[in-house]
Amino acid sequence: MAKHKTPLLDELEKGPWPSFVSDIKLEAEKRAKNDAGLDFQIPQDCPDDLLGVLELAYKDKETHWKHGGIVGVFGYGGGVIGRYCDQPEKFPGVAHFHTVRVNQPAGKYYNTEYLRGVMDIWDLRGSGLTNMHGSTGDIVLLGTTTPQLEEIFHELTHNLNTDLGGSGSNLRTPADCLGQSRCEFACYDTQAICHALTNDYQDELHRPAFPYKFKFKFDGCPNGCVASIARSDFSVIGTWKDDIRIDQDRVKAYVAGEFKPNAGAHSGRDWGKFDIVAEVVNRCPTKCMSYEDGKLSIDTSNCTRCMHCLNVMPAALKIGLETGATILCGAKAPILDGAQMASMLVPFIPVEEPYDEIKEVIENIWDWWMEEGKNRERLGETMKRQGFQKLLEVTNTKAIPQHVKAPRANPYIFFKEDEVPGGWKHDEKGYRERHMR
Amino acid sequence: MAIVEFKGKTFDVDEDGFLQKFEDWCEEWVEYVKDSEGIKELSPEHRKVIDFLQDYYKKNGIAPMVRILSKVTGFKLKHIYELFPSGPGKGACKMAGLPKPTGCV
Repeated sequence: MAKHKTPLLDELEKGPWPSFVSDIKLEAEKRAKNDAGLDFQIPQDCPDDLLGVLELAYKDKETHWKHGGIVGVFGYGGGVIGRYCDQPEKFPGVAHFHTVRVNQPAGKYYNTEYLRGVMDIWDLRGSGLTNMHGSTGDIVLLGTTTPQLEEIFHELTHNLNTDLGGSGSNLRTPADCLGQSRCEFACYDTQAICHALTNDYQDELHRPAFPYKFKFKFDGCPNGCVASIARSDFSVIGTWKDDIRIDQDRVKAYVAGEFKPNAGAHSGRDWGKFDIVAEVVNRCPTKCMSYEDGKLSIDTSNCTRCMHCLNVMPAALKIGLETGATILCGAKAPILDGAQMASMLVPFIPVEEPYDEIKEVIENIWDWWMEEGKNRERLGETMKRQGFQKLLEVTNTKAIPQHVKAPRANPYIFFKEDEVPGGWKHDEKGYRERHMR
Repeated sequence: MAIVEFKGKTFDVDEDGFLQKFEDWCEEWVEYVKDSEGIKELSPEHRKVIDFLQDYYKKNGIAPMVRILSKVTGFKLKHIYELFPSGPGKGACKMAGLPKPTGCV
C-alpha cells in the first residue's frame, strides 16, 4: 500500500511510454517486501517519500528541495551533489537525498554482472533509484544520506574498481559516441581516447582547480552523436583528409532500389523512388558532387565532409583512409553571456596513442584559462572577453581562414606595436611642426 | 537548522555543518570541525589557510578562487587536500566559518 496519495502522478502511469511513476512504485514495493532480507542503510520507504514530495511539488508547482548542499568524500572536491528536502518532517525518507555521480565506461557498454554489482551496493546503501545516465555521461545514483557516502565510495572502489565522476569547478566526466565499436563512420577510436584522457586527468577531475567547469566530449564524425560541439568546452570531432571512397557498383544498387537510402531511416513514409540527384547530389552543401552516366563523382577539394552523402548511402560511400579529428572550443549553455557552440580551433589533428598532440592543446588552453579565466567564467566566455586571437596565441596556432565563418565587418582592428613602423611613440612636437594648430 | 554545543559554546549550523553566521566563528569551532573533516592535529599550515580565507572573505565578501588560495599561501592544491581532505571548499571554508559554497557543484 502506497504511503502517500499521488493522484496527479498516477495520471502519468497511463499511456504507452515507460512510466517513471510505475517504475518508482515498483521499487517502493520491492523495498517494502524486502525479499532479499537487506538491512537497508537509508530509510526503507525512501522511494515512497520521493513520490510524496514530487506529488506535493506537482500540486504547489514549486520545487521542494533546499538550496545547494555540500557533501562529498575525503580526498575529492566533487562527485556528490548534496540535496535536502525542505519538508523533512513530512517526508523523512528524503530528508537527505544526495546524488552520487559514478564514472561510466566509454560508450556505456556493460555486462549484467557489473550492473548487478552497482545495484547491490545501491539497493543496500541508497534509494534504489538511478538515472542511466546523466547528460554529461555519469551513472547517477539518485538519493542517499551523508553517512553512506564514504561507504558507497569504499565499495565502488574496492569491490567494483570504479571511481566517482566529476562535479564542481573541474574537469567533468568525459563522454564519447560509441565510435569504432559499432559505427563505420568513426574516424578515430573515441572510446580509447575518452578512457585514456579520463585516466590521465584524474586529478583535474576529482579536485576542482579551475575557474569553472570544463568538459571533454569525443565525436567519431561530424554527425555528433554525443553532441560535443554543443555540450563540451573541448570538442573533438573525427574527420578525414583524403577522398571519400566510392563503390560505384553499390551506388548503382542504391539507384536500382536494392539498398534503402539512409539505411531505411525514412521507411515509415512513402518518399517515392530513391532519386540520387535530388536526394544526394543537389543536397550537397558545396555542390561538389556529380552523377553522370551512372557514375558518381566527388570533387574532394570542395567537400566540407558534412556527412550527408555518406549518411544517405552508407553502403556505397565510406570515410577516407587518412583520418584524424578537428578540435573545437568554447561551447556552453546560456548563462551568463549567451549560449555558444564550439568554435573551430585545430582543423585537423592526428588521434593516436598516447594523444600527445591533443593533450598539448588541452594543457595550453588550461594554462591560459586557469590563469586568466575569471571566477565562474567558462572557456567560451574567456574566449569572447580576451579574443579568439588570444586562444590562437596560447595554443601556438597559426590563424587560417578556416578559423572564421566570415571575416569581421567592423574596422576596430588592433595591431601589435611591433607590427607598426615607428611603434606607438608619438612625437607631438614633430607633428605640430608640420601641422599648425 | 541545527544547534551544535561544544565546550560551552553554541553554533547555529546547516545540514552540511557550515556556520550560519560568520560572526559565530571562534577557536572552539575550529576544534569542533576538525574531527568531522578528517584532521588530526592543526598545524601552522592549517592556520595559514584559515587566516587567509577569513581575511579574504572580510575584505571581499566572497571566498577566493582556488588559484588565488594556492598563490597566496604557496600551497599547491595537492597539499591543500593533504591538509584538508575534503578540499578547500567543504573542508577549509567550513573550518574558517565562511558561508557554504554555492552554484553548480
